[in-house]
Amino acid sequence: MNARIDVRKTYKLYIGGAFPRSESGHSYEVADSKGKFVANAALASRKDARDAVVAARKAFGGWSGRTAYNRAQILYRIAEVMEDRRPQFVQATQQSEGLSAAKADKVVDEAIDRLVWYAGWADKITQVVGNANPVAGPFFNLSTPEPTGVVAVLAPQESSLLGLVSVVAPAIVTGNTVVVVSSYDRPLPAVTFSEVLATSDVPGGVVNILTGSAATIGPWLASHMDVNAIDLTGIAGETALATDLEVAAADNLKRVRRAPAAEPDWTLDPGLEPMTAFLEIKTVWHPIGV
Amino acid sequence: MTATASNLDLYAEVTRSEASLRRFLHGLPGVDQVGADARAAGLGTRSIKTSAKVYALDLAIRMVDLTTLEGQDTPGKVRALASKAMRPDPADPSCPQVAAVCVYPDMVATAKETLDSSGVHVAAVATAFPSGRAALDIKLADTRDAVEAGADEIDMVIDRGAFLSGRYQQVFDEIVAVKQACARSNGESAHLKVIFETGELQTYDNVRRASWLAMMAGADFIKTSTGKVQPAATLPVTLIMLEAVRDFREQTGTMIGVKPAGGIRTAKDAIKYLVMVNEIAGPDWLDPDWFRFGASTLLNELLMQRTKMTTGRYSGPDYFTLD
Repeated sequence: MNARIDVRKTYKLYIGGAFPRSESGHSYEVADSKGKFVANAALASRKDARDAVVAARKAFGGWSGRTAYNRAQILYRIAEVMEDRRPQFVQATQQSEGLSAAKADKVVDEAIDRLVWYAGWADKITQVVGNANPVAGPFFNLSTPEPTGVVAVLAPQESSLLGLVSVVAPAIVTGNTVVVVSSYDRPLPAVTFSEVLATSDVPGGVVNILTGSAATIGPWLASHMDVNAIDLTGIAGETALATDLEVAAADNLKRVRRAPAAEPDWTLDPGLEPMTAFLEIKTVWHPIGV
Repeated sequence: MTATASNLDLYAEVTRSEASLRRFLHGLPGVDQVGADARAAGLGTRSIKTSAKVYALDLAIRMVDLTTLEGQDTPGKVRALASKAMRPDPADPSCPQVAAVCVYPDMVATAKETLDSSGVHVAAVATAFPSGRAALDIKLADTRDAVEAGADEIDMVIDRGAFLSGRYQQVFDEIVAVKQACARSNGESAHLKVIFETGELQTYDNVRRASWLAMMAGADFIKTSTGKVQPAATLPVTLIMLEAVRDFREQTGTMIGVKPAGGIRTAKDAIKYLVMVNEIAGPDWLDPDWFRFGASTLLNELLMQRTKMTTGRYSGPDYFTLD
């Protein structure tokens, strides 16, 4: 018998719970850390970004309206399904980031643990950042955090799995929906992550994953009038581009999580900032004794 | 009126009796269903970009019959819709106004009051819309009522039950009667659009037959659907109707308009229809007098695309009125 023919994959985007090809029809070659061909990934265009924003907007009402408890369950479920597909994640991380098997294993552990950690925050964040304010009058005065809306996320370029989870989970756990542009050179962990999302009770449209260039798609998301916030982590160190995107984002007063000078160490405790970056505080005054 | 009268004469032989009408309608060449679907799908792949797209979007906006046909319609909502029809994009004075506002007959006066002499027409659905299940007298009274209230256009529904059971003469006579009821005291006549509800006609052959029946009876426009039945307007159905109006003009010299309604939601869909109008019926039909979109949500989509073309960034539903 001949050697078995390789199944050469062309991965697709993840928009609105479905896996479409890029509207442009373009794809690009993905190589492993040593430059060897691994697979083709869809090259998302601005129109894919537009479609993803529509899907995210559509999903926002339902997702933000769910109980925090239910969102926690769903995030935990993502972690469960990731655990089931651990070998695939280990392999993808190893290939894309050039890690040893042991290190890749550890990264996957961290990613899954981070999801579980954020899942736990779903029904606690309100108590921590919300407040009953003392005011000089006969009022109950309550401040509560609410999700910002549709968040565009430029995911980290280096850390293709742990970094991705570390920017997506804090945005969705509080009820936002996201449009993610994955790492350009290392998109495959994101593709596998999207397959996990599709099978873990996450409603379609809550997370939309585009594989492609942050420099190409970023400006369209930054200027999009129906995007409420943008996370620029994925263009860490690219000061000129980051400035352009911040200027574009100002048009509709988007929340901007600014690009760091260099990609952060994702193994550190993230703290609350990744969640509070995409929360709006609503304060309600209610008369006492009425 | 004279054109219609002469058309009645032209087809006097055909429309003389139930039997001759059936012979004519069933003698029309059958529609190649697979071919029609493929042709419509093929035309849908044309790429319309840059300046052509700007032109198409503005044309599509001018062709919209902005519609609200809900039990919960209030005078306030109709006034809001009428205001939107005159100035679809308040932020951009260069945005054209739509063709008409389409309402139930009891709302015609309200719409007319707001629209006044803006040039935006008022269309009223009449004849026991959407089912068409009422006695002829009632349908005619419904029509006269709307015309008296000031409707410029009447959207009537055909009796699908009669059509499907082969009582073509009855359908024909009803259209003729409603057409007469559209006459105003000053000698003018409201334009008559005849709705087939193609989603209930079962076959493309029936769509072709209904088109000819309505055109021979004096329709000014033929319209796919009420919007209350799924599937509503589709590309292949509209293609068949466009072929019918094209052939009718070849035979009689009279131009009839076409209006797909229901289910057209995106700017891209609207442009597909415009491509088809141009390719099948011809550029003469690329005018709000001869082609309309019956829609409500479509307008915001068109406005968003238009804003994208002028500002270079994607817009969102937050920046347009809800309707």
